Amino acid sequence: MPATNTIDGHTFAINEEGFFTQRDDWNEELAGILAELIGVEMTDAHWKALRFMRDDQATTGVTPTLRRMQTVGGFDVKELYRLFPGKPAKKMSYLAGLPKPIGCV
Amino acid sequence: MTRLVILGAGTAGTMLANAVAKHHPTWSMTVVDADDQHVYQPGLLFLPFRGRPDRLVRSRKAQLNPRVDYVNSPITAIHPDQKRVDLGVGIIIDYELLVIATGSHPRPDLVEGLTDERIWRRRAHEFYSLEGAIALQRTLRTFSEGKLLVHIAEMPIKCPVAPLEFALLAEDHYRKRRLRHKVDITFATPLDGAFTRPVAKQTLGDLLVDRSIRVTTDVAVERIDPASQRLVAYDGRELPFDLLVTIPPHTGARVLEGTGLVDDVGFVRVDPHTLRSVVDPSVFAVGDATNVPTSKAGSVAHFQVEHLLENLAAVAEGREPTARFDGHANCFVESGRGQALLLDFSYDVEPLPGTYPLPGVGPMSLLKPTRLNHLGKLAFEPIYWNMLLPGRPLPVPTTLTLTGKRPVTGKD
Repeated sequence: MPATNTIDGHTFAINEEGFFTQRDDWNEELAGILAELIGVEMTDAHWKALRFMRDDQATTGVTPTLRRMQTVGGFDVKELYRLFPGKPAKKMSYLAGLPKPIGCV
Repeated sequence: MTRLVILGAGTAGTMLANAVAKHHPTWSMTVVDADDQHVYQPGLLFLPFRGRPDRLVRSRKAQLNPRVDYVNSPITAIHPDQKRVDLGVGIIIDYELLVIATGSHPRPDLVEGLTDERIWRRRAHEFYSLEGAIALQRTLRTFSEGKLLVHIAEMPIKCPVAPLEFALLAEDHYRKRRLRHKVDITFATPLDGAFTRPVAKQTLGDLLVDRSIRVTTDVAVERIDPASQRLVAYDGRELPFDLLVTIPPHTGARVLEGTGLVDDVGFVRVDPHTLRSVVDPSVFAVGDATNVPTSKAGSVAHFQVEHLLENLAAVAEGREPTARFDGHANCFVESGRGQALLLDFSYDVEPLPGTYPLPGVGPMSLLKPTRLNHLGKLAFEPIYWNMLLPGRPLPVPTTLTLTGKRPVTGKD
């Protein structure tokens, strides 16, 4: 069900899994707070990945997949796993304020 | 006179060509495909276990209305700016309207180590191609002990339920031969569950657990190590196998690369409802070749064709395309034990329990394994060749209906 989440004065609309539904609800300060909550310590490399995702999604309308991060963004998938351990695709789209990438249907 | 060119004479291209021939006999139409082998792809799921491969193949040309001009040639280049397609034999064809129906193609070459000659088509298999399914049949005849790893490399793939079905049929295969205790079956997926849609994910996931098939989720394959026979994931997990049955990553046809029409895996970027290219108003796509967010499946192609036919006619008459495809898909899911489930869903509606195609009557049951669903799946083969491809009317609606379906309460 559509809902909103409020953290440290930031309010943003989320879906049932907690992902942003409005990309404009996002800002870098909020991303930093969310990163702390899920145990990711943000560095330049982390921001580079998130900014690529934001820019790419603005053009294509869809959250980039890991493969696209590699082929178009020039990121090393292994490195992304190191930066966002476990489930990088999910963690990155969550922190970038974007929907979970549509794997398939 | 409208000049239409259709690239690809598979399920979608053939259905569309026959529909156009019937409804717009005055149009000039050319259909191109690289070979004359039309494979009944749903049959590839069963071939590893039984059956003769030649029974799944017929002539492409013979499935087309005799009025269709069929050219048997590879396509070497597409020039949307000049509305021109180059064929390998030096022939150039011009179009006013182009429909891309070149499908979705498994690419084992995209997984490092998979096609290593020590294991490929011996210990590491796929069944999405005719030659792959034949090779797997050969291996399954003698494979009687060890770790069977059924794996999906990445999404999207065509027929996203086929890997699950394969795992369930393999379970059946070994149980019937009283070898089940010697064959350990693991299902490894890049998704966070057995299927992508919530309710179906639960039902199908339970089915795997009931049959003692291990499910390993969120597996993003980095490479296959042919020497130690292990699948290595990006997060460091290693899955050992004695027999790997993988679904390689899929891409669109290679000839579409660089045309500006496709996304980064080669699927044509179209409006999900009108199926018109988002960059070129003269170009449409249908079937597995599109990037629309629904299953890549024959049923989807079938439901798309009717809408596309209407939209092509509109554009030919200088109007805007208004027919809207809703993402409707249905798939029979073989669950082993001589039973099957049926899923029916769309862009906006999840697969739900109920009956199909007649609300409250059936005869098929949705989201529940039954014998009748299994028979329905088997009966589909003659329907495919004799009714679906030639465009004879089938008694099912092309848009999704909610009547006869039961809502599911609670979170999946």
